[in-house]
Amino acid sequence: MPELQNFTMNFGPQHPAAHGVLRLVVEVDGEVIRKADPHIGLLHRGTEKLAESKPFNQSIGYMDRLDYVSMMCNEHAYVLAIERLLGITAPPRAQYIRVLFDELTRITNHLLWLGSHALDIGAMSVFLYCFREREDIMDMYEAVSGARMHATYYRPGGVHRDLPDTMPRYEPSRFRSRRELKRLNAAREGSLLDFIAAFADRFPSCVDEYEELLTDNRIWKQRTVGIGVVDPETALAYGFTGPMLRGSGVAWDLRKTQPYEVYADLDFEIPVGRHGDCYDRYLVRMAEMRQSVRLVRQCVDWLRAHPGPVHLDDYKIVPPPRAVMKHDMEALIHHFKLFSEGYSVPEGETYAAVEHPKGEFGIYLVSDGANKPYRLRIRAPGFAHLAALDMMVCGHMIADLVAVIGTQDIVFGEIDR
Amino acid sequence: MTFDGIVLSPEDLRAVVRTVGAVVLTTVGVILSVAYLTYAERKIIGYMQARLGPNRVGRWGLLQPFADVFKLLSKEPVIPDAASRAVFVGAPLLVLTPALAAWAVIPFAPHTAIAPINAGLLYLLALTSLGVYGVILAGWASNSRYALLGAMRSAAQIVSYEIAMGFALVGVLMAAGTLDLGHLVARQAPNILHWYVIPLLPLFFVYFISAVAETNRAPFDVVEGESEIVAGFHVEYSGVMFAMFFLAEYANMILVSTLAATLFLGGWASPFAGLPWGLLAAPGFFWLALKVMILLFCFLWFRATFPRFRYDQIMRLGWKVFVPLTIVWISLEGVALWYRVGPWFAR
Repeated sequence: MPELQNFTMNFGPQHPAAHGVLRLVVEVDGEVIRKADPHIGLLHRGTEKLAESKPFNQSIGYMDRLDYVSMMCNEHAYVLAIERLLGITAPPRAQYIRVLFDELTRITNHLLWLGSHALDIGAMSVFLYCFREREDIMDMYEAVSGARMHATYYRPGGVHRDLPDTMPRYEPSRFRSRRELKRLNAAREGSLLDFIAAFADRFPSCVDEYEELLTDNRIWKQRTVGIGVVDPETALAYGFTGPMLRGSGVAWDLRKTQPYEVYADLDFEIPVGRHGDCYDRYLVRMAEMRQSVRLVRQCVDWLRAHPGPVHLDDYKIVPPPRAVMKHDMEALIHHFKLFSEGYSVPEGETYAAVEHPKGEFGIYLVSDGANKPYRLRIRAPGFAHLAALDMMVCGHMIADLVAVIGTQDIVFGEIDR
Repeated sequence: MTFDGIVLSPEDLRAVVRTVGAVVLTTVGVILSVAYLTYAERKIIGYMQARLGPNRVGRWGLLQPFADVFKLLSKEPVIPDAASRAVFVGAPLLVLTPALAAWAVIPFAPHTAIAPINAGLLYLLALTSLGVYGVILAGWASNSRYALLGAMRSAAQIVSYEIAMGFALVGVLMAAGTLDLGHLVARQAPNILHWYVIPLLPLFFVYFISAVAETNRAPFDVVEGESEIVAGFHVEYSGVMFAMFFLAEYANMILVSTLAATLFLGGWASPFAGLPWGLLAAPGFFWLALKVMILLFCFLWFRATFPRFRYDQIMRLGWKVFVPLTIVWISLEGVALWYRVGPWFAR
């Protein structure tokens, strides 16, 4: 009798559910997966090595491109690491702005995750609804930094500039009726903070809308309940962080356990799952979006009441304002030095981690006292999660593989770096 | 009419010309309906998803379907090296032909069908089951693992839903006591209370859901399962041959909706029949078209709303829910028939 052989399938990198460039070599027995072997490295850009060859500030932009759906959170970890080595802290207003944008970023990330996860499982409309809201957050990014995605907004010592007083508005066009234009511009009459506040008021009802389509949907539950179950011990053993870990019932969140910036002063909760399956992780992320809105509201209120500097006045680290440079020789020299050579960071090493939407995103930075990092190492949460893919999908069907990839919220920018 | 010789009398010739004319008319009608069904799908789902849908080709994008067809026709049909050529090329035809041929027995209006044969229902069952061979052969001939998986899923799914669908049809058959679709509609024509959807509501739902599954539409689209097996059985197809699969899928959608309307919703009969409302109460093609459009809208609505079932869950739904349900309802119907209940079972 000939030996029976399982079917080996090449899943990706060109696959609609590959979330970028995931390549899996899947061994299937009929439809049941026996082994899923992730192959990575197709999006490797050498970010860690590149950072060694340029002044500290010039790598901030590369951080945006790691996890390209939660841009500012990546910057945050990097900037925190530099600040720790330099021994400086950003002014409170900058810290609030960072927290504000971290939470907005968490919402964009979860929106994109929800959209693509639902699309993978076949619920097409949720994807487009998510992108509708995500667009507003992109506009906030643009208003504050000039770029919709790769903001490069956080800087060591604060943020690049203060929040703008006006929001850009839609212009009349022949494709848009006057009423439509008015509706689009309704929230854009005031400052960015007004726009964010209006968004925070509106957004919970949008989350309700997504939940209405999915949470109690029987097909959605059939597809997610009991799929990719990870018990708390295994989750910890595999180095899970973020919603993946909390979905398994471990209440670990760096914002609470090792508060950075002003998280200690803010009021929010950590949603935790129970069963560690795709459905619980879905619920955890949905609840996180609501918590993020809470944080956004608190930050908006604080920022409205407390004007002030958004970065340090130390011209060795933060560039002087243009107006000062016009009459101050020192400032001009500082500006020149800062943008040609950068600043030198005292010898030492540090690890700065933030609660990234996907988990613990950390930067391990070693400085030899020069103006460039001696070594930069990125701790990407997705990498640890992807390592557990095989464990999570074994014995499930091909359709569940897609659900598990979705629930892991994989982004290859950070895994391949 | 005798077939002793090949000599055709003038009447026969006229009949042939008439039939050919009707066939051409129906086929063109179906193809045009398919074209605008795709347009309607994109527009309706577009609006459901806060998008605009096609709006560039022609006014309101009305010419978009033709642009798509010309694009597909002008593309190079790629045949993979490892594919089995003859089967690969033949499979789309095997899918498309039954989807078009089935229209022969559909009564579009009173006494209007291309072939009003007395075993119309059987003919339909036979033809709609034939399409699955094309799908399986396409998946097999492509020599691609994704296509093979798609074909495997398709075979299992269509075969199991065929049973639930068949049982639902048996219910209608028992009520009507005829296989002739024309008579079947005529029996429902007197007024809206005579429609079989009223006594056979569960069978109607089973039939319609099975029809969604049979045509591989969301939420049962595991055969094409975009995010799982890319495009399933037609992953290797392009150009004209892909267009044929596409045409067949949509023609089948319209066909099963027409069948649902014919068997359960009184076909060409007006919902106001029996009331003294003049033209509104008159039977006609308009009513059939309206009912079909409403059912087709449901197809699109499902697609915009539901996540996709998993393959084994579809099987479970078919075998463990639909088949028992139809059997129970058919037994109940038998009892009702015995006691000649209502306007439906009184002979």
